[in-house]
Formats: sequence, structure tokens, C-alpha cells
Amino acid sequence: MDALVLTIIATSIPLLLAATGELIAEKSGVLNLGVEGMMLSGAVGALGAVLWLENPYYGIVAGALSGVLMASIFSIFTINFMTNQVATGLGLTIFATGLTGLAGAPLVGKTITSLPKIEIFLLSDIPVVGSILFKQDFVAYLSIAIIIYISFFLKYSKSGIILRAVGDDHQSAHSVGYPVKKIRWYATCFGGMCAGIGGAYIPLVLTPHWSEGMTAGRGWIALALVVFASWVPWRIIVGALIFGGITIAQLVGQARGWPIPSQLLSMMPYIATIIALTMISGRLSKNNSAVPSSLGKPFFGSQ
Amino acid sequence: MITFIPRDKVSKNWIIIAPILSIVFTIFFGLLIFTFLGYNPLETLYQIFVSPFSRIDRISDILVKACPLIIIGTGLMLCFKSNVWNIGAEGQFIMGALLAGFIALSFPNIETKFFLLITILAGFVGGALWAFIPAILKTKLNVNEILVSLMLVYVAMLFIDFIVRGPLRDPMSFGFPLSKPYPDGALINKIPFPGIGFLGQLHYGILFVLLLIPVSWIFVNKTLGGFKINVLGSAPQAAKFAGFKQNSITITVLLLSGGLAGVAGVIEVSANIGQLQPEVSFGYGFTAIIVAFLGRLTPVGILFAGIIIATVKLGADNAQMTMGIPKVVTGLFEGILLFFLLTGETLQKYKIKWSEGKK
Repeated sequence: MDALVLTIIATSIPLLLAATGELIAEKSGVLNLGVEGMMLSGAVGALGAVLWLENPYYGIVAGALSGVLMASIFSIFTINFMTNQVATGLGLTIFATGLTGLAGAPLVGKTITSLPKIEIFLLSDIPVVGSILFKQDFVAYLSIAIIIYISFFLKYSKSGIILRAVGDDHQSAHSVGYPVKKIRWYATCFGGMCAGIGGAYIPLVLTPHWSEGMTAGRGWIALALVVFASWVPWRIIVGALIFGGITIAQLVGQARGWPIPSQLLSMMPYIATIIALTMISGRLSKNNSAVPSSLGKPFFGSQ
Repeated sequence: MITFIPRDKVSKNWIIIAPILSIVFTIFFGLLIFTFLGYNPLETLYQIFVSPFSRIDRISDILVKACPLIIIGTGLMLCFKSNVWNIGAEGQFIMGALLAGFIALSFPNIETKFFLLITILAGFVGGALWAFIPAILKTKLNVNEILVSLMLVYVAMLFIDFIVRGPLRDPMSFGFPLSKPYPDGALINKIPFPGIGFLGQLHYGILFVLLLIPVSWIFVNKTLGGFKINVLGSAPQAAKFAGFKQNSITITVLLLSGGLAGVAGVIEVSANIGQLQPEVSFGYGFTAIIVAFLGRLTPVGILFAGIIIATVKLGADNAQMTMGIPKVVTGLFEGILLFFLLTGETLQKYKIKWSEGKK
């Protein structure tokens, strides 16, 4: 049972990180559909770094940097050249799929060492809860720290309030004197960093070798999670765990030989995403304050 | 510091120059990346952009490969023009091919080619039904069509895999996951040229493209429906005041694009494969997004764009065989190309002004 819960948590971490990063970007008004691509880059970056430097912790750093690099490309085009965000995000995913396929080709067939678990002194000895919550790897702790941090950041910090203002009404934010483009750059790059680490987690913990397109739609599910969470950080944890649970449930089902064809079981996470989106979107009216009003709209500057 | 100043009117020169410049920039940056990753840039350039033209049968294979891209791209054009983001054409392609395949396999002895009209119609229905799911969710419940249409791609891929390995598997296929072969009536033949024979894989499906381009041109430029789509995309407020029903336009463009993707699926399978297999699409649905943008969301543009992108796809196949470069690398070029095309769109509306000093 413990093992099952641990697998569910591990499966949900990449979603959790990527969705949290995207939430910050979207709060600043940037819709980045390139999450899948940034995650793939994080995965390939992490694999390369670990194979080269033989230390899984460098994988986290490399994943973060790869994600930021991809987010920078996205930012140059959408924020500075004011291109359509939806199309550019799609382009980023297509670009990254090609780039990682090329960069990952020499890595095929090589296996890396996984990220070690860190036991927290004393707390990890608590029965049941201890082994689930306090015997995790660094990234798992990090992702929870990030969620807590951004919850406070968005609600109570001055920078967080400015970020939200930029996402809600960039014209007004600009007139008051906030650097809209700069803030969006930071937010997008933070999103890239989180997606990159989330992507890195896949080879570092889940499957320790490269295969083309190994994120398998997680980036898109992360995008759906942001909507599911109605842009509230802690709800991403709930959503990510549900999706982790569904993914593991279908794997367990396949392993135990449930009388349902494996392909139909594999559809479950994707169908669940559609159902979740449908349930939430019906309730989120267009004027809901949770949805950043300037989401997806380019900012043209003062002219 | 660079600032953008709005142009008084859209620059006409840019409409032509932008795609050409985009291609030049894309090749430059693509080669830069190849060099960086340790491949010979000149050989890559040759394999990807020149080798597809090296023989006449290869040139005709470009047309064969362009065929589904142009058909899907034309449908996506309608969506993107009206700001509806259908990115699930890949799934609609599969479901179209699957429904048509199911009908074809239900009549194992049919020989008349008129049967093709039925399978193509079935393909349209299959693709349109798959696109109807995001359409109805978008219009009734305001669910994001991007995510729904994309999720349905994964569902469709798994579904055809299940059908071909399960219910529709040919018991005589020696364990291969293949359906029975299609009856003659459901096959699209290669075109025989007098005195030459066949040109590569060139088939009659190409006629559908030749029909589709003028029809879609007339639809976009000369009909009220096309006019509504244009207005909705370029001036949503005006469309609102004019009383155009946004929801019905959204549903229409999604059904049309899904249907066309489905037809592309039928043509691809009936002409090139002749039976159902777990994988039928190979990313045409995603590549067609690039085709639609490269064609600047115009039917004639998409015709050329389809041919250009098909060339790169075939070139990448060659590069994989001769240089061991993974085939997915086309994505690299497609992504960069899309970035520059979109930048070109900005430059069409804005002039760049270089100014000194601080922000």
C-alpha cells in the first residue's frame, strides 16, 4: 500500500511542477502552450547532464536551465515580437520535440542513476505517514516548497500583487509604471524552470532512460490542471494527485489483468482530463476573477 | 531599444516577403543547430532540401506526401481564421480513416469505385464527429477546445490500436496487428501515365486536392460563410455587432476541419496502405498546423506550403537513412519556421524603430 501511494506521488510530481510554473506564467497574462516542449527539454537536458557529470543533482539544474532556455525563446517571440501566444506555444512544443529527438538520439539505450531519497531525521520514523511524506527525493520536497511559496507570493507579497495586476489589466499596470514585458519575461521563465524540473523528474525518478516524446502528453495535462485548479496553487496538488492516481490505477489494472483492453485503460488519464475540464469550465464563468483577464493577449507597449 | 510603430495599412510587400524570409532564417538557424550538435550542415542541407527533387518519382512522392497535409491544412485554415484552435486534427484523421475502414471491411467483395464516395463520406463523418466533441464542449460549456481536441488525439491513437489488434484484426495476419486488406472498391489506384507507367506512388487522391483548393478559395472569398469567418477572426467585436452567431461558426469550422482531416485519413489509407494498421497518420495532423500558417491561411498558399513541408519531410526521411539523423528533426525546422512566420505577421502590422537610450 505504501509503495502504491509512493508511486502515485512520484507520478504526480512532474504534473505538479509543470502546472505550478504555468500558473505563474498565466497569472502574468502569458498562456504558454509549450509546456510539453519545455518538459521534454528538461528531460533530455537532465539525462545528458547526469550521463556526463554522473550526479543526479546536476540533472535537476540542467532540467531547470533547459526549461528556462525554451521559455526564453517563447518570451522573445510572444513578448518582444508580439506573436500569437497560442501558435507560438504550439510551435515551441513542435520545435522542442524535434530538438530533443535530435539531442536525445545519442542517449538512447543509456541508463542513469536515480535521484536518491532523503529521509528526514526522526519524522521519517512516524508509522505510515513518515515513509510516505518524509522519505521523498529532493524534487518532491522542492515542489511542495514551491507551491507553498507561490501561494504566499501571489496573495501577500507586493511582487505577487503586481504580477496579478499585469495579468489582469496590462494597460493599467503599464500606466501606473510597472514594466509589463519584464514581469512577463520573469513569469514565463519561472514557468519554464518549473516545467524543466518537472520534465527532468521523469528520467531522474520514473523511467531512467531516453525515449522520443517520453513526456507522453504530461505537459498538456499540466495545462489542463491549471484550469482544473481554477488558478489556485494548492488545488494543483489535489489535481496532480488525482491524475497520478488515475495513471497508476490503469497501470495496476494492466498488470493485474483486469478484463478491460489495455488501450482502453491507457485512455483514462486523457478522458479524465476532458471530464475534469468540462466540470470546471462549466462553473468558471467568463468573468470569474480567477481567470487572468489579459491571458493570451499581447501587450503592445505605450503607443 | 526596439519599438514597434503601427503601420497605417498592412504592408503588401510583407505578405510575400515574410514567408520567404522566414524560410531563409529557418534554414540558417536549423543549420546552426545541426552544426552545434555535430552534423555536417551542408550534407544535411542537401539531404533535406535537395535530395527530394533528385528523381522524377521522388518529386511525385512529394505530391503524395503533400496531399494529406494540404487537405488537413485547408480545414485548419477555417478554424484558425475564426480563432478556433483545433489542434486535434491528428485524432480526427485517425477516426475518419477508422470509420471508413470499418465500412470498407464490411463489404469485402465490392469492386465498383463508386464505393469510394461512400468511404470518403464515412471518413468525413468520422472526423467531423470526433471534432464535434470539442465543438459542443466549447460552445455549450466554454471548455477550452485546444486541450480537448489534443486529448482526443491520444484517445484516438489508443482506440485504433485497440480496434486493429482486437475486433478488426485479420485472423490470417500471422500475428501482425493488421486488418484484412480493403476490397478493390475501397482502394485508390495509382495514376498510370501513358508510356511511362506509374510515377512513384502518385495516386488519384491528388484529384481531391485539385478540387478542394478552388472550392475552398470560393468559400473563403466569395460566400457569406467565408465572410463571417474572416470577420470573426479579424474583428470579433464587429462580428458581434453584426449579429453573427459565434457559436454556430465555431461548430461549423470545427466540423469542416474535422471532416477534412477524416477525408485525408481515408485517402492516405486507401491509396498508400490498403488496410488498417495501428499507426496510420505519422503526425500529419500536427504538421498541417504549420502548413496552414506557412500558407498564410489562404487556400493557394496552403497548396504551396504543403508541397514545401512535404519536401522537408521526405528530405528528413532521406537524412535518416543516409546520415542517421532522427526523423523527428523536421519538428525543429517546423517550429522555427512557425516562430518566424508569426514574427512576420507582427512586422506586417508594425514598423520597427530603433531608438537610442533607455526604455
